[in-house]
Amino acid sequence: MLSQHFPILLVVVPLIASPVIVMARSGFLGWVASLAASAAAFAMSVALLVATTESGAISYAIGSWPPPWGIEYRVDAANALVALLVSAIALVVLPYARRSVSAEIGQERLYLFYALLMLCLAGLLGIAVTGDAFNLFVFLEISSLATYVLIALGRNRRALTAAYQYLILGTIGATLYVTGVGLLYLATGTLNLADMAARLADVPDKRPLVAGLAFITAGVGLKLALFPLHAWLPNAYAYAPSAVSAFLAATATKVAVYVLMRVYFSVYGVDAVFRDMPLGPVLAVLSVAALFIASAAAIVQKDLKRLLAYSSVAQIGYITLGISLGSAPGLTAAVAHLVNHGITKGALFLLAGAIALRAGGTGFDRVAGLGRTMPLTAFAFVLGGLSLIGVPGTAGFASKWALVAAAIGAGHWWIAAAVLLSSLLAVAYVWKFVECAYFRGPPGDAPDPGEAPADMTIPAFALTAAVIAAGLFAWPVLEASARAAEALMGAPR
Amino acid sequence: MTNAQFAAAALAIPFAGVVLMVLARRRPDVREAMAFGAAAMLFFVVVSLAPAILAGERPSVTLFEMLPGLPVVLTVEPLGWLFAAVASTLWVVSTPYSIGYLRGNGEANQTRFYVCFAGSIGAAIGIAFAGNLLTLFLFYEALTLVTYPLVTHHGTDEARRAGRVYLGVLIGTSVVFLLPAIIATWVFAGTLDFRPGGILGGRIGPTAAGVLLALFMFGIGKAALMPFHRWLPAAMVAPTPVSALLHAVAVVKAGVFCVVKVVVYVFGVDTLAALGGAAWLTLVAGFTLIAASAVALRADNLKRRLAYSTVSQLAYVTMAVSLLTPAAVMGAALHLVAHAFGKITLFFAAGSIYTAAHKTEVSQLDGIGRMMPWTMGAFAVGAFSMIGLPPLAGFVSKWYILTGAMTAESWTAVGVLAASTLLNAAYFVPIVYRAFFVAPPAGDVHGREAPLAMVMAQVVTAAACVALFLFPGLAIALAKSLAGG
Amino acid sequence: MSFFGHFSYWATVFILMTGLYIVIARGNLVKKLVGLGIFQTSVYLLYVAPGKLIGGTAPIVGEGFTVYSNPLPHVLILTAIVVGVATLALGLALVVRIREAYGTVEEDELLEADAKDD
Repeated sequence: MLSQHFPILLVVVPLIASPVIVMARSGFLGWVASLAASAAAFAMSVALLVATTESGAISYAIGSWPPPWGIEYRVDAANALVALLVSAIALVVLPYARRSVSAEIGQERLYLFYALLMLCLAGLLGIAVTGDAFNLFVFLEISSLATYVLIALGRNRRALTAAYQYLILGTIGATLYVTGVGLLYLATGTLNLADMAARLADVPDKRPLVAGLAFITAGVGLKLALFPLHAWLPNAYAYAPSAVSAFLAATATKVAVYVLMRVYFSVYGVDAVFRDMPLGPVLAVLSVAALFIASAAAIVQKDLKRLLAYSSVAQIGYITLGISLGSAPGLTAAVAHLVNHGITKGALFLLAGAIALRAGGTGFDRVAGLGRTMPLTAFAFVLGGLSLIGVPGTAGFASKWALVAAAIGAGHWWIAAAVLLSSLLAVAYVWKFVECAYFRGPPGDAPDPGEAPADMTIPAFALTAAVIAAGLFAWPVLEASARAAEALMGAPR
Repeated sequence: MTNAQFAAAALAIPFAGVVLMVLARRRPDVREAMAFGAAAMLFFVVVSLAPAILAGERPSVTLFEMLPGLPVVLTVEPLGWLFAAVASTLWVVSTPYSIGYLRGNGEANQTRFYVCFAGSIGAAIGIAFAGNLLTLFLFYEALTLVTYPLVTHHGTDEARRAGRVYLGVLIGTSVVFLLPAIIATWVFAGTLDFRPGGILGGRIGPTAAGVLLALFMFGIGKAALMPFHRWLPAAMVAPTPVSALLHAVAVVKAGVFCVVKVVVYVFGVDTLAALGGAAWLTLVAGFTLIAASAVALRADNLKRRLAYSTVSQLAYVTMAVSLLTPAAVMGAALHLVAHAFGKITLFFAAGSIYTAAHKTEVSQLDGIGRMMPWTMGAFAVGAFSMIGLPPLAGFVSKWYILTGAMTAESWTAVGVLAASTLLNAAYFVPIVYRAFFVAPPAGDVHGREAPLAMVMAQVVTAAACVALFLFPGLAIALAKSLAGG
Repeated sequence: MSFFGHFSYWATVFILMTGLYIVIARGNLVKKLVGLGIFQTSVYLLYVAPGKLIGGTAPIVGEGFTVYSNPLPHVLILTAIVVGVATLALGLALVVRIREAYGTVEEDELLEADAKDD
């Protein structure tokens, strides 16, 4: 049966699409091929999520070499959810990308854009589904290399320096990760994550394990922009082409967060990370610092996309804060916020791209008067912003609710207080947009009132609608997150 | 249709009105007919629920599940029905007033105004009929957001600054205090349903109860308990119909309504009395009551004076509830109604004065009663009701609050009530005196009443103040079933 | 077993820190990439060195071969080297583009040019 091979096809389909597009050398064909590949990946992710919900984890032995000798792809409720997020965002971004990207990238290079996007998608999906620590590193680098190029395609020359900066820091991060994996490999003699988890208990000397965890935390922390390792993110998101910003903001850091969760909860286990080592408080302090410092930085930005980028650093803080609780409810909240924030930030970056196209930029001088010139886009942006604040009825509320409930349930009142106080900073930066869009007149050279073309607005509004839907009907995401947390924590040890 | 469906329809009507008005945005007459039609329909739907509520029925409908195990539920109980009835009645009255005001003053963005207005009423109905704290919070925040464009309607720098205060205080308190209080209730009690007798009994100790009560009381910023009252005077930059319906009725009443609801249905009066955690609330509310009256006394701007009067009158409700006696809780519910009719009359009059004579300050009102007898007559009725004179609605509610204070032997509360009545008189009577008994300044040429629609509105609400004194049976019966269970 | 027993680790740490230092301390974008290359090399050593047993042979099944070296680390590092080369090539390509766009590859001059744009 074909569905048996979904775990590998999920990665292979976009991976094959990439060279096919390069050979076709056509922007349009590239778009069609990548749309088809994303749709296929999306369909397979849905099937996998349903399958894992019904019958637990799926193990796929590549080339029929049984684990732990061969590379194992292991799909459970956690990474099926992540794969679904990634492929869904790809499917939403692609229809949008066609016009957005051709406005921002030269026609003759269009097909390369699609090829790289597929490569990036394959890498991200690979990270999600693989059950092998070294294979994960390879996919991490595949997605990262594609990402560096995608960012460098931005119109502003600063996109180049942003991509370079990300290349340096991203490579350091990946190298630190693979160093940590090396230490674990030397201590356990296996690279299979599940096998590694089983063997860790028998390792007599714990020191290499502690060092390995430190390396992996620092390395993955760089990739997920854990404060203060976020220096690469604001420029990368601000100067990348709009479609790329949307895709990356919704997926790349989220997948890295998933890796951290997998290593902490499935490989090492809660006790080793949060009881034997003081990682909980360390992570909590860094996360809270992110909530306040990055949100405060967002308030003073002069560019909408940079504002969103700093907001991402802060919002990632909520996710890592959930991880730092080291409990099932905390992890549930973290997974839920991973999904909810992915949708929200994707929608906001798509809208920002529509603004960039019509208003000629996303600086606050161009955003002025948007309430009059692009009323629907401005309104949708406000809705997305409300989700960043965590207003009830939006996706952001559900995960914030789960996080605060988890913190209060564990008696960590100060964490609950930090989460809620930092929401006020989110009000400040969202209202910066509101006041600029609704209380200032449009600039003198503003284009005639009108929305962006429908092939851009429809995906953007659809994702905004998803933000509201995920807020009013929050239980499916929360229940899926609870199952994901269970799968992450319940792996054999 | 069942009563539960009626409750859902009551919530749906204002939002349906929003959609229809957006569609009819190019045709002002159609749009305004929609506004009036929606208001009238809502009124009839709410009124038709009355017999069932009086008979002890509690229609309940689960709209959808939001968080796992936490659905959005509408449940109609006496206090909520009372609030919904007040809001929907006054929406009907204020719609023609709004039309007159907006046309008379040539305001811009009228569609946005009507849409947000209807949205605010919808959110208020959602608060009134909320069956659990999650539903309440959902509509509470919605009400804040949908009133923001109304507060900043003029789009000036002053409006923008006021909007910041408005949003900062209301969102700030609700997110930092109210939300953790709700989540903590969920963690402790395992439910957020409103139940007679409360849900926290036996679940928390006295200290936790005290902290939780403080989080709730200060978190419900719409109740304007000091020091979180600044948003209300700030909101006065809005057009007068907004100040009248929203900042005298829907928004502030939503605030004190939440206060009563939390004390009665979340903590439970008896539980809270046993835990003894509400004494400080009497003091804070009493302080707010006196201090706000003192500020009102010195304010020259008419709307500002009315705003601080509102802060003070809201504190009556909070203080009454904090006394935790049946009579005081009844008084709180009645005052919610009485103040609504009185204060909207006063705001209607202020708007009429602004529209007809373009006057905003108390010191400019010399002799205006001679030019605008109907307006100032209605104003006098509203003012006397605020003071608590018979034969007006304010007398009934103050009577119950005072009875409750004496039963509770809270002499602080009795003293505060006596002092505040004097202060109320001190800041309202001079206005009436100026209007009717001081000669207008020489050369003042205005000499006409406000548009008919506006005059009609304020006469109707003033008459309602009298009617509520003469026929308080329905309101008292509902209040009794709230307090006595 | 102490210092000399861990000799390969000391070498790894030394190379790692050297590379990282160059990445941080050098302002020239090409030199940073050189540092990055050195930094990555440390990992190759970390993996490969423990795989070697003194006296061990390649894992050939046959008579006379009893002690084998572990081949897996070599295979892994072969992959890592490929990744490293790709990264270096992409990094250098970016430096070329930066040079075209800014006319310099010195970090402080780039920051100055960006500051002027604001």
